[in-house]
Amino acid sequence: MENMAEAAVKELRSTVSSGKTKSYEWRISQLKAILKIVTHHENEIIEALRSDLNKPEHEAFIHEIFSVASSCKLALKELRRWMKPQKVKTGMLTFPSSGEIVPEPLGVVLVISTWNYPFLIAVDPVIGAIAAGNAVVLKPSEVAPATSALLSKLLGEYLDTSAVKVIEGAVRETTELLAQKWDKIMYTGNGRVARIVLAAAAKHLTPVILELGGKCPAVVDANINLKVTARRIISGKWGCNNGQTCISPDYILTTKEYAPKVVDALAAELEKFYGKDPLGSNDLSRIVNIHHFDRLEKLMDDEKVSGKIVHGGQRDKTNLKIAPTILLDVEEDSLIMNEEIFGPLLPIVTVNKIEDSFGAINAKGKPLAAYLFTNDKTLKEEFVRSVSAGAIAINETALHFMEVGLPFGGVGESGMGSYHGKFSFDAFSHKKAVLRRGFGGEVSARYPPYAPWKLQLLKALVKGNIIEILRALLGW
Amino acid sequence: MAAGAEGVAEDLRSAYAAGKTRPYEWRVSQLEALLKLTTRHEREIVEALRSDLNKPEYESVIHETVGVSSACELALKELHQWMKPEKVKTTMVTYPSSAQIVSEPLGVVLVISTWNYPFSTLSLGPVIGAIAAGNAVVLKPSEVSPATSSLLSKLLGEYMDTSAVRVVEGSVLETTALLEQKWDKIFYTGNGKVGRVILAAAAKHLTPVVLELGGKSPVVVDSNINLKVAARRMISGKWGGNSGQTCVSPDYVITTKEYASKLVDALSCEIENFYGKDPLQSNDLSSIVNSRHFDRLINLLDDETVSGKIVLGGQRDKVKLKIAPTVVLDAPKDSPIMNEEIFGPLLPIITVNKIEDSIRLISSKEKPLAAYLFSNDKKLKEEFITSVSAGGMVINDTNLHLVEPNLPFGGVGESGTGSYHGRFSFDAFSHKKAVLQRGFTGDIAARYPPYANWKIDFLKSLFSGNLIGVLRALFGW
Repeated sequence: MENMAEAAVKELRSTVSSGKTKSYEWRISQLKAILKIVTHHENEIIEALRSDLNKPEHEAFIHEIFSVASSCKLALKELRRWMKPQKVKTGMLTFPSSGEIVPEPLGVVLVISTWNYPFLIAVDPVIGAIAAGNAVVLKPSEVAPATSALLSKLLGEYLDTSAVKVIEGAVRETTELLAQKWDKIMYTGNGRVARIVLAAAAKHLTPVILELGGKCPAVVDANINLKVTARRIISGKWGCNNGQTCISPDYILTTKEYAPKVVDALAAELEKFYGKDPLGSNDLSRIVNIHHFDRLEKLMDDEKVSGKIVHGGQRDKTNLKIAPTILLDVEEDSLIMNEEIFGPLLPIVTVNKIEDSFGAINAKGKPLAAYLFTNDKTLKEEFVRSVSAGAIAINETALHFMEVGLPFGGVGESGMGSYHGKFSFDAFSHKKAVLRRGFGGEVSARYPPYAPWKLQLLKALVKGNIIEILRALLGW
Repeated sequence: MAAGAEGVAEDLRSAYAAGKTRPYEWRVSQLEALLKLTTRHEREIVEALRSDLNKPEYESVIHETVGVSSACELALKELHQWMKPEKVKTTMVTYPSSAQIVSEPLGVVLVISTWNYPFSTLSLGPVIGAIAAGNAVVLKPSEVSPATSSLLSKLLGEYMDTSAVRVVEGSVLETTALLEQKWDKIFYTGNGKVGRVILAAAAKHLTPVVLELGGKSPVVVDSNINLKVAARRMISGKWGGNSGQTCVSPDYVITTKEYASKLVDALSCEIENFYGKDPLQSNDLSSIVNSRHFDRLINLLDDETVSGKIVLGGQRDKVKLKIAPTVVLDAPKDSPIMNEEIFGPLLPIITVNKIEDSIRLISSKEKPLAAYLFSNDKKLKEEFITSVSAGGMVINDTNLHLVEPNLPFGGVGESGTGSYHGRFSFDAFSHKKAVLQRGFTGDIAARYPPYANWKIDFLKSLFSGNLIGVLRALFGW
């Protein structure tokens, strides 16, 4: 008996074979439909995000709705250009010839999204898949059920369901989906499940993009504008879904000397942003569910760190809220320094010299992002050169996410592949090399029977050495 | 210096962590060393290839050593350019800011190569890319070409910096041990069965993989072409490429029922011009690599639905592991020869009514590593390029896209993932790190809590470059 996953893939394969998804017109129609969803159903999306995450309207709009709308508009504007074959200069060895790289759809792709930006991380990859001419199944996260149901409803209404499907569900449905043969899978989430996705994909030789996470460090040097720094750290941490963001600054590294200043600056700005009682603020997402709430409580209450809380620590279990919390001088072997926090707790690790922070960062798995606040040119260059991460931002946090000219993706434990802007189109395309020749330009030296002069001539041709070519031809 | 897989990986990790492989100078020194060993030891390499494959000297030089030298020279010439960060324009969203994409090494990588071009850009090409990109690299050559494997071990051991570039010989046992280690990238050339094993092993460490596999690369032959030239180019790509044992060799031909006999005649004529009346005696054809593959190919040929359809060749010499260039006309769709990658000197010709039917036929099979079309018909060419999915394509030739370094070489679907050659080799072993730089100015209050509607309006307008909107939001108009 065919399960839902099998049936969906079968239908999508049939649609792809018909050539429907390849046409420019079809892709444009679908992108326009997504743009319509985002403009006509803004309020429902904001409500779903409030329901799933208590996400403030500001964040729901700027981080999710606006981002998706921009992504659509960019694709609509650039699609013709993206679809055009790229001409390639060809050399002596194939002369006369012309070459090009032709982007083509991979076929039927699977996008497995996650719960923290449940609208954005679902729809943005779908935009890329459609722009590249594929049929796509979207599996939204069940941990954000209101958004999942809304996606299913709206995409079901507005998009061509013979080529774009939403399949809701949890482990069982995801496992069924992963058993199918896809032409590409994109997964956003954690390293444990990523290994499962890769193992399933291995059976079908399916290429995969993994957008994972890690402990994104923020190094804070001295002699900086500490007020702006504090605001930008707070924005990237608590202003992004209350720290539940793959590129939130996970922990801070600063000198023992400077640390108190950093704490003070953060405390001052936190109060300006969220008031004296942050648990009462409407501008902070809640913790997504009780499982993550308990996990974060455990990190805070770990006896190695509970005495190191210098700001915050308040919690409200009923409403799943944890106040912005800062911990100072946590030990390397504490729980909080050994897993991705993904919440509103910010440990500060202190070092003697600021340069020592680089070694500390490189001793961990490569994170999705790494941040440095400094005015020191040498320090900046050294950081960019020696810290490996998906991305780096200097004097900023998280904002690189919104620059569509930059590829967004991880390395090592933080993932593989990238997307955003044209990188999304490329992620779901096969770049087919095409070499065109006529019947002229025959070089008999290419063919048997082989002879030393033929070998000499071709060797010379490869080197482009005219003298050698003549020697070979004339038997000198 | 430990010899086991774990020890090798550890040694290389230390060298990489010490920063050994990152400087431009180190990379250049290694590329120069590789160039040196390839040019100085050409004789020995040619001999090893004769021993392993009975490969003609011409092919050993043109397809293997010259390819490696060229790739080294290209990397040496272009490395500065490749290593340079790429500037990226930033938008209103992060203004004022600057951005770039910085290429950095992945770390310690594993290249598993194969037996048919054991000293070529297939085996050393990825090593060149890995080194150019600043990685430490382990090369595991194929045990099916043992003379070349041990020569690689000897020469690279002598010429390269063995603290960061290592050759590990062996077969299943050693490969399995290597696959248990954590690599920052794995590059595998071979078949789909082992490809799946590699991916499964890589999954445990989240290691990205490039797979260069194969498939049944079709050649569509239209009428109204220069049949002589087409035949010569097909023969060159098939039998002139290691006796058909090449991942992009034309695997089978599709032509119209009407044109088939002309094609067979042209092939027959040129094969005789190239290899003489008794091809088994020609010194210009590689042998079949071993008796396992020899028996496999004989089985394909002797299959009862196929054996009666041989129109050219069919001769074999089991002692010398030679099979003559063989053409089979109209083998049935479900015969073994039409259902596995042939990888040998047998060429089936399938006939169709209209040449356009060939496109559907090809699309009904798995995506091959290459697809070829001989035609002067503009419309057919465009249709072919748009509708046939393959790793790469050539119009009016075969195999030649391999030698053009500006074209990425790689598969899709069953024929592989990822690509390399030229700059693509460098990219294959690099992480493209996004870097955004800002100063402390240009901070916008609208970005921060406490949130308010005017802030949303302001940001919306700002990001859209809508200056009126910005002003309206600011002044509450």
